[in-house]
Amino acid sequence: MRIGFLLVVVLGVVAVAAGTLGTLLSEWDAPPLEATQTGFRGLAMEQVSNPRTDAKMDALNQAPEPIYELEGDDDTKAWQVYENVPVLGHISQEAFDRLMAAITEWVAPEEEGCLYCHNEENLASDEVYTKGVARRMLQMTWHINRNWDNHVGATGVTCYTCHRGEPVPSEVWHENPGPPQARGMAASRAGQNLGSASVGVTSLPYDPFSSMLAGDAEIRVIPETALPVSIEIGTKQTEVTYGLMMHFSTALGVNCTTCHNSRSFFAWDQSPPQRTTAWHGIRMVREVNNRYIEPLHTVFPPERLGPLGDTLKTNCATCHHGQPKPLGGAPMVADYPSLRGPAQDPEMQPEEEPEAQ
Amino acid sequence: MAEYQNIFTSVQIRGEPDLGVPLSPPDSPRESEAFFDYWVGKFGNAQIGPIYLGWSGLSSVLFAFIAIEIIGLNMWASVNWDPVEFIRQLPWLALEPPSAEHGFTAFPPLNEGGWWVIAGFFLTASILLWWVRMYRRARALGMGTHVAWAFASAIWLYLVMGFFRPLLMGSWSEAVPFGIFPHLDWTAALSIRYGNLYYNPFHCLSIVFLYGSVLLFAMHGATVLAVSRFGGEREIEQVIDRGTASERAALFWRWTMGFNATMESIHRWAWWFAVLCPFTGGIGILLTGTVVDNWYLWAVDHGVAPAYPQVFPGTADPGLGGVAQ
Repeated sequence: MRIGFLLVVVLGVVAVAAGTLGTLLSEWDAPPLEATQTGFRGLAMEQVSNPRTDAKMDALNQAPEPIYELEGDDDTKAWQVYENVPVLGHISQEAFDRLMAAITEWVAPEEEGCLYCHNEENLASDEVYTKGVARRMLQMTWHINRNWDNHVGATGVTCYTCHRGEPVPSEVWHENPGPPQARGMAASRAGQNLGSASVGVTSLPYDPFSSMLAGDAEIRVIPETALPVSIEIGTKQTEVTYGLMMHFSTALGVNCTTCHNSRSFFAWDQSPPQRTTAWHGIRMVREVNNRYIEPLHTVFPPERLGPLGDTLKTNCATCHHGQPKPLGGAPMVADYPSLRGPAQDPEMQPEEEPEAQ
Repeated sequence: MAEYQNIFTSVQIRGEPDLGVPLSPPDSPRESEAFFDYWVGKFGNAQIGPIYLGWSGLSSVLFAFIAIEIIGLNMWASVNWDPVEFIRQLPWLALEPPSAEHGFTAFPPLNEGGWWVIAGFFLTASILLWWVRMYRRARALGMGTHVAWAFASAIWLYLVMGFFRPLLMGSWSEAVPFGIFPHLDWTAALSIRYGNLYYNPFHCLSIVFLYGSVLLFAMHGATVLAVSRFGGEREIEQVIDRGTASERAALFWRWTMGFNATMESIHRWAWWFAVLCPFTGGIGILLTGTVVDNWYLWAVDHGVAPAYPQVFPGTADPGLGGVAQ
């Protein structure tokens, strides 16, 4: 009986340990790692990186070469040649043709090509829903390149920054109810306590995105006074912010100290400048999700929606794919000036201050 | 000669099991026979038993079983009673305390933290009963109660985190979840929320006593093993009857450290370091959120946190530009 009992205990421990290790090992880096000091000495302000992973990431995140160079000598506008081109009519026919070819390569599934968005019989027809989505996404690209230079800088974004050759970008999120849980009297999981990849395989709340990257829930949790003033924000809410920050870290392949000073996460005057870039990035993602993507939820077929009927939305990983700068910082939009948008277009004027924050 | 440099205990005594001193009423006699186990003897005393639980031990075990059952079944429910997921996710699963809207009410809804309160009640009852058992068993053997008071120090920290601080904050939501990784993530979140516990002076003290305990334990264990060839493991005798083992150990530390504890005082050092670790830690946690909201700013105000040269260009809070964020 003693042997049997021992066996059960040992097997149980082995099973749990194996499960835990299996999940954790995939997240761990084998040494040697490189540490680069970024702040004042002795404050743990450093960036730890794995040169082997970095090399792999660089190879996986190469910006494609322009499919061909533009001649630039024909001034014919697209609207003079094509029907029903309300968004891209102002660019030259040559740029239009190349952009269509590029989008086909960047976004459309290989077997469908142009037909992914167009009716074969009549390219001008709007009957395929993806065409309408593509138009809105072009306007979104213009808007980001024009109004969010405090996040995307001169590097800008193209369709490829997110799509990477896929009709649906691989790194997207939707409202996540999580796997099924028992109901009734059983304790609620409260949206956390699973080893979730979305928050770096921690037990932190696995959907910090719905409230913080679609909603504008308060991300800041650290009080700015030494002594208590109010206790509205507690430790539980901190876990949501912490989960979002774990997403930042994994989505960009960076440490906390890339944006924060280790001694004081909240103090702006001691923060690395990257924190400001990230702050604007949060507002940019919220606007992208609320103004451009979520309104399309009536257009998308059910298989392109999340289980709760919302759209597939963006977060940091959608563009960054594990890199501090998407596509290694390649300024891809320089090759496609038409993705910067027309000089005067109603879409270019911010409709409202980007969500005053 | 090398026998005391083995990580395993190399001496095992076999003979009639030691059945202890006779118990006087109202204590019932100890149950069951004692037996020897070779593998247990590798790590400690090979003798197992006789077992004595009594009313405090029995009720403690029963309450602990109830608490662990509540925690485990709720964890299992949180993966929809899937046995594979239960094993795979076990280190991440938890029973969460009630959320903030339930405040410090005694009976929040079962599925919104009620089970946590019930599990906490039974676990606390079990721990307190186990403390009673420790105290009474020590007394029954005519021992001092040092172990019980050291255990009380750990219970203090446990109660601060799960009861006293939530009580003062007026909310169960500030308490610790039951779960392996969840309680660790909670710890990190607590530090972040309250402006970095690193700057909490009682946290500093607690860490000093924690690392100090480890160091003392290593020094003492190593010293006694190193002089056991001279009879140094007979520590209590050597307290008053100093032998060559004691003298050599003392001289060794005077040579290497300039100062030595004695065969008696080293145990007082160790006991106080161990007791003060959770005791000071509990004070630090109790002050967090109740008296101090941001330990970093507190440390700046009181000249604890130094200013360092600015390496970064000095970023302004972009949130101050528009509406409050």
